[in-house]
Amino acid sequence: MIKQKKIISADILATPLRMLYDALVSVMDFIMHPIQNRVGVRGMAYIFVLPNLLIFGIFILFPMILNFYYAFTGGPRLFPQDRPFVGMDNLNRLFTCQDFLVPNSCREDLFWRAATNTITFVILQVALLVLVSLMTALILNRNIRARGFFRSVFFYPVLLSPVVVALIWKWILQQDGVLNALIVSLGGDKLPFLISADWARFWVIIISVWAQMGFYTLILLAGLQSIPGELYEAASMDGAGAVQAFRAITIPLLMPTMLVVLVLSLIRAVQAFDQVFAFTGGGPGTATTYMVQYIYTTGFANQTREFGLAAAASLVMASVLLLLTVGQLRLGRTSNLA
Amino acid sequence: MKKALFFVVVMGLLTSIMPALAQDAVELRITWYSDGNEGEVLRGLLDEFEAANPDIKVVVDEVDYANGIQQLLPVQVEAGEGPDMARVTNFDAFKGKYLDLRPLVADAAYWDASFPAAALAALYNADDTDQIYGFPNQFTVTGPFINRTLFEQAGIEVPSDMNDAVTWEEWTAVAQQVAEATGTPYAISMDRSGHRFAGPAFSEGATFFNEDGTITMDTPGFRLMAEIFMGWHTAGITPADVWIGAGGTYNAAAPYFINGQLVMYMSGSWQIAAFARDIGDAFDWEAVPNPTGPGGSTGMPGGTYMVAFGDTEYPAEVARVMDFLASVDALKAFTEKTLFLPAHLGLGELTYETDNAAAAAALNVFVSEVPKLSDQAYELQFGGQAFAINNPVRDRLTQVLTGELTLDEAMVQLQQDVDDALAAQ
Repeated sequence: MIKQKKIISADILATPLRMLYDALVSVMDFIMHPIQNRVGVRGMAYIFVLPNLLIFGIFILFPMILNFYYAFTGGPRLFPQDRPFVGMDNLNRLFTCQDFLVPNSCREDLFWRAATNTITFVILQVALLVLVSLMTALILNRNIRARGFFRSVFFYPVLLSPVVVALIWKWILQQDGVLNALIVSLGGDKLPFLISADWARFWVIIISVWAQMGFYTLILLAGLQSIPGELYEAASMDGAGAVQAFRAITIPLLMPTMLVVLVLSLIRAVQAFDQVFAFTGGGPGTATTYMVQYIYTTGFANQTREFGLAAAASLVMASVLLLLTVGQLRLGRTSNLA
Repeated sequence: MKKALFFVVVMGLLTSIMPALAQDAVELRITWYSDGNEGEVLRGLLDEFEAANPDIKVVVDEVDYANGIQQLLPVQVEAGEGPDMARVTNFDAFKGKYLDLRPLVADAAYWDASFPAAALAALYNADDTDQIYGFPNQFTVTGPFINRTLFEQAGIEVPSDMNDAVTWEEWTAVAQQVAEATGTPYAISMDRSGHRFAGPAFSEGATFFNEDGTITMDTPGFRLMAEIFMGWHTAGITPADVWIGAGGTYNAAAPYFINGQLVMYMSGSWQIAAFARDIGDAFDWEAVPNPTGPGGSTGMPGGTYMVAFGDTEYPAEVARVMDFLASVDALKAFTEKTLFLPAHLGLGELTYETDNAAAAAALNVFVSEVPKLSDQAYELQFGGQAFAINNPVRDRLTQVLTGELTLDEAMVQLQQDVDDALAAQ
């Protein structure tokens, strides 16, 4: 009796939903049918990707072309038609250097400082991020108590806005912040967490790893769970220890996932801006000024807005990213072939 | 039931008609920032204006100074997406974008007579002659404040009580003694701003502007003040967070002073209302004359302008609002309530609305600083190069403080920055 009641109520619901569905299909058919008649079945594929292509064109492709144009123009005016063509002046200004390893010897020393900082940050942050994410994934892949809880705990910072993360840590680490208050209450002296260049660089890396590791841990966890358990059993029967199994089974089979993690974290590290900007503002001095902040400051934050110089720096950064991406694609192809 | 239905229908009709009626009023927008209570005071004045002019509604968008006014507003205005009016300090950033109010205001002669010609001309393009783009609604002077209660607790005389010409070195030494005697965390500090540093540098003999029109940043006076300032950081007597920990933006040291953690604070007259409100009777504070050096005893002039932008859809209505805000009554009320120094020439005797004796005394000190302002200081503020010089000074000095640059390297880079910024203008 009860079952029958449920079926009736489901039918009642299904009828309006089906009517709505039919109406939508009719409307779509009314719109699409003439288009299909005109462009053919093959052409419909382009019609379906057109909306996304438009968004890509307006918000990605067009600004990229515009950026390219701006890189060869000068002056403070915003609109392209008001900007005089200056040829390679902006790029020359960026690359006028007595010694590229000594930023102070460069005309645009802040660009080279930002480049050096970015390279250091990318190497250290990505290495630490991948290592910590891998270790966490390995631990969370084991049959430990409250595994679900720990997985949530490590993933939680990923859900926070980068600015919120920055402000929370700033509150903890500033000179009169929570951590220094704790140190003083224990009889120690305040530590210059945000006013010493080395400390600031250290914390920027630690915080970005803390904020992002949950995401990469999740990807690596999925990779670990896709490795068949039988391989470990067979290895164990052959007398392989945990370390040998890790080297011979886990690492090789996890390599494609690791590559994805490496590519994603590398791109994100090169683009580092919002969190660091809210956390240190690029300081102390220029210790944590990375490339995107240099571009933003040069183009928008400085009172003399040098859009051309900022666009030229963007062009340089895009070229480096392109090289990195091609390198990674080749690496990925080699890894797949192996 | 029928009556109720009729009532609902009538109310519904009225509700739908009311917005249409309200739309008759032109809506104008002002982008504004506040150091103290000036946003509230402006709103009060605009309420009066709207009551007398029901066809105009003025919306005030309050933003923060560093991001909203300094960074976003120039881009918005350049893109044609700016407000109708704004309160600005970097008036060079908007040149060519202002609305000429001369043909629109009720009495242009009143404007010419009420504001210094040089102040109106500070908004001009190179080929302008008599345009009216806005008016200075506040005049400011930089200068130091002290926490007198700490001096009394330390049993140390305030140097300016005994001597009119106290040097920065003397103030630094005395402030340090007071801090040590009272267990105060910090002796002396200055806002993170090239504008704030400029006054002391000029007093120490720095000159930026040469007679041939060129600019030279590296002078013995500049270096002297930079070394005094670096000494504050080396000795650990200044809160390092203010300059070193602030990243690339303006940063005020006011919170340290307001919380009684700082003996001497180099800032300016715009802090008076905030101090009167936030310090209250927690301790005795006062403004003291700018320290003296080989270049005199100068602070930096400054102030804010109320300007109108040319992209407005309603120039006539904007002119009516500007006429009102520039009127003697409105500016007098604004000045008296905000505890600012007036930039209007004819406000007459002012009765500042404060029962705080320290605020009244501080106003007098800053008024007496005005005649001492040097030509170099006026040239920097109103010559069209203020931000092209002040921001690089701030950022390069910070790099010296963090050890990224030596003072020699910083001076070379600073000159290059200023040259590049001026070329880009």
